[in-house]
Amino acid sequence: MHPVLTLVVQRLALGILLLLAASALIFGLTEILPGDAAQAILGQAATAENLANLREEMGLDRPALTRYFEWLGGIVTGDMGNALTNKLPIADQIAFRMSNTLFLAFWAALISVPLAILLGLIAVRYQNRWPDKLISGVTLASISLPEFMIAYILIFFFAVQLFWAPSFASINDGMTLLEQLHAISLPVAVLTLVVLAHMMRMTRAAILNVMQSAYIETAELKGLTTFNVIYRHAFPNAIAPIVTVVMINLAYLVVGVVVVEVVFAYPGMGQYLVDAVVKRDVPVVLTCGVIFAAVYIVLNIIADVVSILANPRLRHPK
Amino acid sequence: MLKNVPLSAVIGLFITASYFLAAIFASVISPYGMAETVGDVWEPSRIGYMLGLMPEGTPRPEYWLGTDQIGRDLLTRMIYGGQTTIFIATAATILSFVTGSVLGFLAAVTGGWFDQLMSRFVDLMMAIPSLILALVILSSIEATVLTLIVLMGLLDSTRVYRLARAVAVDISVMDYVEAARLRGEKLAWIIFREILPNALSPLVAEMGLRFIFMVLFISTLSFLGIGVQPPLADWGGIVKENKDGINFGIGAALYPALAIATLAISVNLVADWVLNRTTSLKGGRG
Repeated sequence: MHPVLTLVVQRLALGILLLLAASALIFGLTEILPGDAAQAILGQAATAENLANLREEMGLDRPALTRYFEWLGGIVTGDMGNALTNKLPIADQIAFRMSNTLFLAFWAALISVPLAILLGLIAVRYQNRWPDKLISGVTLASISLPEFMIAYILIFFFAVQLFWAPSFASINDGMTLLEQLHAISLPVAVLTLVVLAHMMRMTRAAILNVMQSAYIETAELKGLTTFNVIYRHAFPNAIAPIVTVVMINLAYLVVGVVVVEVVFAYPGMGQYLVDAVVKRDVPVVLTCGVIFAAVYIVLNIIADVVSILANPRLRHPK
Repeated sequence: MLKNVPLSAVIGLFITASYFLAAIFASVISPYGMAETVGDVWEPSRIGYMLGLMPEGTPRPEYWLGTDQIGRDLLTRMIYGGQTTIFIATAATILSFVTGSVLGFLAAVTGGWFDQLMSRFVDLMMAIPSLILALVILSSIEATVLTLIVLMGLLDSTRVYRLARAVAVDISVMDYVEAARLRGEKLAWIIFREILPNALSPLVAEMGLRFIFMVLFISTLSFLGIGVQPPLADWGGIVKENKDGINFGIGAALYPALAIATLAISVNLVADWVLNRTTSLKGGRG
């Protein structure tokens, strides 16, 4: 087997193991901590007898391992049980909210990724001159603020003072794509700002790292044009780090989405999760939590696999 | 000693120190009580008046930053809020560093199965975003100041563990550590007398960044309504309480943003200086 293929298969296997371990960790956490679904339904005043009855009814008295595999099987097959608070199936809610969240994340990624790479290149091209310093300053400022505060600053100026965009991002199927995009313009702007800062700093570092290596100097010294140096020598080696940066930041977007959705009252997964935490709806929290964790882990696995595939040294073994 | 400190670090130190002093002496410098209702809802701020942001002829407002959504003095709320936020962030940072570095050093020095077990568990913890883990945990336990500190400190100690272990692995193969082992020193001596002093500078530089991360983390949790609970004030909570005002053009919810940003930038300036100073002394190592 080709060595690259072996590495990729190994990485994927490790990833699946990690996914299983992460789901077990999340499930285990709610098991060890005091309180369970029965306690949440009956409240603090419940008698021990009532609790025991309800636990038996809900199947909570069976061993944790059995329930873990049932729960995991349910998530994989799409049967996630019902929410505690409104008794509605969790799967229906998630199907509807997931597409909303993906819509938001998709547009944020579409804008931030090319912009970050472009700005990173500019920062490297004008290293230590004013464009570089300006970009670094702005990113430092946006890293120093939590997402929700950036969101309220944007709302204050762009929604309330200038009336450019709505401060609540409510979308529905009856709207045209343009109307939907207008509705989510501020949340997309916040997410872009948050990810852009990280992504650009890391892109800048990755490209600088490549540009300072010995083979680039050799290529310059043997008289290649700047274009050829970048195209033939720098670019192939910079793909892997840049793709890694992009993937790590898309994973970061997953977390940013939680907070931003709450600020803009956007009907997505993040808001569902936070609502459930506030209402102590453990089954919903478990399912949403494991989905968020899985997306995060899968994006990180993709980053690893792409960087293996893009590494010229591994592709052409001696 | 202060002669060689760059201007940026002096500014950073000054602002950071002011925030900490304001937090410590909150009850002395606050004009009113923390939960005391003193005026009407969202009264304008005197600072805005002095900057000429209000129309001519309006009377001079009573309160420096105005009042909040139920008529409490915002300056007081901001000072007490800073106290809660900075206290929780500091305590969680200390917990995170003590746990993370002790376990990291221990893993580096002993190696073997303990190192493997700890490192793989930390890998697993870090594969899940901290916010998601915190949300899952906070859905089962009551959010009090103590549980928040323990939760945030332990979640963050994974990152300190990685750094401490990486630094300590380099140090533990040095000749003087080998000599200490051969002298027959105990594990505690090797960790605290041989490794800790030499690993301190990268850890201290990292501490600033972790502290800022804690401030952002607790603010986010409080904003989501699962962190610090009212009537206790904290910066994230002040945003949550006053966010409806934004839609009427009232900027009360934006003060915490200013506070967090200035604190974060000044701590970063200090951390940069510590990092530069310690690395240049050692010829770029650390």
